[in-house]
Amino acid sequence: MAVVSQAITPEVLTTRRPTGALLRSALGLRRTQIGVGLLLLILAVVLLGPRVAPHDPNAFVGTPSSLGVPGALFGTDHIGQDVWSRFLSGGFTILSLAAIATALGLILGIAVGLVAAYSRNFLDDVLMRIMDVILAFPQIMLALVAIATVGPNPLTIILAVGLTTMPRVARVTRGASQPVVERDFVAAAEAIGVPRYRILLSEIFPNILSPLLVEASLRLTYAIGVIAALAFLGFTAHPGAADWGLMIQENYIALTVQPWGVILPVAAIALLTISTGLIGDGIARASAGIDRTRGAG
Amino acid sequence: MATGPSGSPSATLQVEPLAGPVMLDRSGAAGGPARTGGIRMFILRRVLQGVLVLVLVSIVVFAATQALPGDPARAILGRGATPASLAALREQLHLNQPVVQQYLTWATGLLHGDAGRSLAAQEPVSKLLADRLVNTAFLLLLSGLISIPLSVALGAYAALWRDRPFDVVTSLLTLVLAALPEFVVGVALVVLFATTVFKILPAITLIPPGGRPWDQPVAMILPTLTLVIAVTPYVARIMRASMVEVLESDYVEMARLKGLSERLVLRRHALPNALGPTFQVIAINLAYLAGGVIVVEYIFNFAGIGGALRDAVANRDIPVVQALAMVIASLYVVLNLLADIGTILVTPRMRTKL
Repeated sequence: MAVVSQAITPEVLTTRRPTGALLRSALGLRRTQIGVGLLLLILAVVLLGPRVAPHDPNAFVGTPSSLGVPGALFGTDHIGQDVWSRFLSGGFTILSLAAIATALGLILGIAVGLVAAYSRNFLDDVLMRIMDVILAFPQIMLALVAIATVGPNPLTIILAVGLTTMPRVARVTRGASQPVVERDFVAAAEAIGVPRYRILLSEIFPNILSPLLVEASLRLTYAIGVIAALAFLGFTAHPGAADWGLMIQENYIALTVQPWGVILPVAAIALLTISTGLIGDGIARASAGIDRTRGAG
Repeated sequence: MATGPSGSPSATLQVEPLAGPVMLDRSGAAGGPARTGGIRMFILRRVLQGVLVLVLVSIVVFAATQALPGDPARAILGRGATPASLAALREQLHLNQPVVQQYLTWATGLLHGDAGRSLAAQEPVSKLLADRLVNTAFLLLLSGLISIPLSVALGAYAALWRDRPFDVVTSLLTLVLAALPEFVVGVALVVLFATTVFKILPAITLIPPGGRPWDQPVAMILPTLTLVIAVTPYVARIMRASMVEVLESDYVEMARLKGLSERLVLRRHALPNALGPTFQVIAINLAYLAGGVIVVEYIFNFAGIGGALRDAVANRDIPVVQALAMVIASLYVVLNLLADIGTILVTPRMRTKL
C-alpha cells in the first residue's frame, strides 16, 4: 500500500522504538486512556455479568415487553425474559468470535504480507491478486454467502470474517515490509545464512509492529461490527441464546413500548467499537509521535 | 509544530482500512520499471484486471453451491423432501451436469441477464430484483451525493482551522462515529427520531410495489442519514490529513508569498492537490456502502437488494444469493475501478509515472 509505506518510512524506521515504549506513549494520550477504560468496563460486563445476573437469561419472569415487572430492572423482552440478565450474559459470543476471527485474519494476513514483500517476484503478484479477489467481497456479504451455504455456526462466522480480514492486513503488512526488506540488516542476515522464516519473523516482523498494532485494533473494531450485524440480521449459532446483536433484532419490534431491550445492547456494542477505535487512534498517534508535545489528546 | 510536514497526516493515513490506493500500487510496487503506454493503456489494463477479478469472484460465488455438504438439493429442501421434488430441484439448478458445465451455464445466463429462478418465489430472479435494484441505486446515489461534498468540506475546514474548536470537535466526532457499525447508527437514529425520544420521522421506508423511492422523500431521510453517517467521518478524516499536508507544502507557501488571496490559494492550489488522495478513499467508501446497505435496508424494511440478500440467506434461496452476491461484488469492483482511473485523472503527478 503506497500510502502506508510513505507514512511509515520517516518515523518508524529511522527511530526503531520498542513496542513497550510505543504502548506507554500511547497510554499517555487522553483518547487511549478513555478507550482502555471503556474496554475494561465492557470486558467487566461481559466476563462478570453472567455471575451477577439476577435471573437465568432464558427464564421467563413476566409478561412480554413490559416495563413494570417486579424484579426485572429494565423490564422484560419480547417473550418475557429479563432484559437486564440477558444484557449481562449477551456479550461473550460477539467478543470471543470477533477476537478469534481477528486473530485468524491477522496471522494469515501477516504471513501473506511478509512472504509477498520478501519474495519480490511472481509470488508477490500472485498472492496480492488473490487478496484482491477476496477484497472484491464486502466483508458482511461473504459472511452471508457462507451462511447461506453452510448455516450460521461459529466456525463459518470465524472463517468468513477471518478470511475477509486477511487481505486488508496483508496489504498493510506488505506495504510496511517493503522498505524494511531493502535494508542492510536483511541483506546481512541473508549473507550469514539465516533461514528465511527467521528473517521474516525476527528481522522484518519486529520492524512493522506499530502499523500492525494500529491495523489490529481497526480490524477488531470491524470484526465486532460485522459479527454483531450478522446476529442483528438473525444469524447466530444458537437462536435462543442471549446475544447483544440478536437481542436488538428480537426487541426491535417492541421498541415503542419497551426500548431498553434495544438501547442496552446497542449502547454496549457502540461503546465496545468506540473503545477499540480510540485505542487504535491512540497507538497511531503515538507511533507518529505527534501528540507528544501538543496536549490535544 | 513538533514534527515535519508528514507528521500529523501519517497518523491518520495509517489507520485507513481498505483505503490505500487499492489497485494503484500495482504498476509501481509490483516491481520493475513502470510499464509505459499512457492513460489509455492504463485504463485498458485496469478494466481487464477488473474483468479478471469479476470472473474469479463468480467462480467463488458459484463454488458456494458446490460447497453445500452432500447433495445440494437435499441441503436446500431439507430431510422431508420427496424424491420427485429433489429431482426437480436438481434439474432446475442444473445439478445433473458436470461442474464446469454448470458454471458455464450459470455464468453465461448471468451475462444475458438471466440469473435463474428463485427457489422461494418461483419467479425469475431478474424479475424479482429489477425494482429493488433501482431502489438501492437511488439510496446509494442520494447518500453519495450528500456525503461526498459534506465530508470534503468538513475535512478541508478542519485542516484550515487546525487545532481550533471546529477542528477539535469534528476530529473527535468523526473518530467516534467512524468506529460505529452501520446498524448501531441506524438503530440509534430510529430510537432518537422515530420511536422513543422524538416521533417525527417514519421508522420504516415503505415503498409500495411498483412505487419509486423518490416519491417517499420523508421516509428516505433516516436510511440515507444512516449511510451518510457511516461514510462521512472516515472520508472527512482522510481529507483533513491530506489538506493539512498540502497546506504545509512549499507551493502553497509560495502562492501565499506571491500575494494571492487566501481564497485563490485554497481553490487553485490547495484543494485540487488535497482531493487526489481523498478521491480514492471516497470511491472505496462508496463501495463499502454496497455492504452497509444490506443492514440498513433490513433496519428500515427498505425494498432494495440488500434486504433481499438478507431474506434470501434466511430462506437459503441459493440462486438469489448468487445473483445478489454478483451484483454487489460488481458494484464494488466497478467503483474501485472508477476510483483508480479518477485518481489518475485528478493527480497529474501520477500520470507522468504511467
